[in-house]
Amino acid sequence: MKKLKVFTNGLLKENPVLVLVLGTCPTLAMSVSVINAIAMGLAATAVLTCSNMVISLLRKIIPDTVRIPCYIVVIAGFVTLVQMLMEAYLPDLYEMLGVYLALIVVNCIILGRAEMFANKHNVGESALDGLGMGFGFTLALLAMAVIREVLGNASFAGMKIAFLENFKIPILTAPPGGFLVFGCLIALVTHITRGKAPLKKSFDCEGCPSASFCRKDPFCKTEETEAEA
Amino acid sequence: METFKLMLKIIMTSVLVNNYVLSKFLGICPFLGVSKKLDQASGMGVAVIFVMLLATAVTWPIQTYLLDPNGMGYLQTIVFILVIAALVQFVEIVLKKYIPSLHKSLGVYLPLITTNCAVLGVTINNITDGYNFLESMVSSLGCGLGFLLAMVLFAGVRERMEESEPPKAFRGIPITLVAASIVSLAFYGFGGIVTSLFGE
Repeated sequence: MKKLKVFTNGLLKENPVLVLVLGTCPTLAMSVSVINAIAMGLAATAVLTCSNMVISLLRKIIPDTVRIPCYIVVIAGFVTLVQMLMEAYLPDLYEMLGVYLALIVVNCIILGRAEMFANKHNVGESALDGLGMGFGFTLALLAMAVIREVLGNASFAGMKIAFLENFKIPILTAPPGGFLVFGCLIALVTHITRGKAPLKKSFDCEGCPSASFCRKDPFCKTEETEAEA
Repeated sequence: METFKLMLKIIMTSVLVNNYVLSKFLGICPFLGVSKKLDQASGMGVAVIFVMLLATAVTWPIQTYLLDPNGMGYLQTIVFILVIAALVQFVEIVLKKYIPSLHKSLGVYLPLITTNCAVLGVTINNITDGYNFLESMVSSLGCGLGFLLAMVLFAGVRERMEESEPPKAFRGIPITLVAASIVSLAFYGFGGIVTSLFGE
């Protein structure tokens, strides 16, 4: 039962994109079409699961002071692996994802899970957490991509939807549409959960993987430290 | 003259048309996180320009003279991120020791930039676009300036927004994203400017 909870945690309750608001860059950029979204989501899931497992295995070996560089090396290794596999077997998708595939390295979700989960839990739980978070990321991307592609381009995964042909909203597939749909989707989640989900109140360092580094930062305060000061 | 025109074209493209934040969605975290106040936003922007130029100056020769001739181009991602991370730490230490005044104004932003996707993105894009060293540096400068411009504009918007009262569900992040959408819409209007000024 507990294992299942670890898995579903990432899907809904702590959805990395819609609740924790991490990994905004790939979410906004790759949600133009359903196919892009699925490819990006699965690539990130693969990297996240593998890196979570390896980091969890190495958690007693990696010295605490240099842990972030170590995590980055592990993550970058798996990203390179995914890049090479995709270039060899799925060259079209590789072209479409472009630079964003390499940028999985600096995706906050992956570094964040390594820092917050994998270095404290065993391999099995870390793998489940990686899968759950990865699928949560994919689901959120998919939700955005469906809205943007169906309403903006009158198609679904490349197939035309005939009756919407004359009612396209092209701006939704353009960059401004990304911000708009993302904003509205988060607002919707807030409204449905009525504040029950641990939604972030504002965009600050809470949940940012580099937070432990720049705590000394004047504007990098969580609400508690602000209240103390 | 021809070179100058090309440089101008690269800068205009990366500042206005392909703005890294507003149309390529790179560096969204600092864009949304550090844009509450104008002075913080401009400080962050300047630090990003600095790191982008430095990162390009180091990664371009590494790719061209070290990785490519030895057939190790596939190590790009892993080498670039490590080089950038080490570089930023190193610069922070050097600034702290020798130029404390500069460290005081830029230092706080440096750790935040280490894992910024805009910096890694610009170094990789320079290689993919096949720019030579000078063009790469100019393109990085343009991207940095575009980032600064977006940050400063958005900080202005947000200072006004703080006083407004959106519907309950929209408070916080959602309304910020909707505002970013409108700023991005403004930049969308620059779409054809470079081709009409400089030709294809």
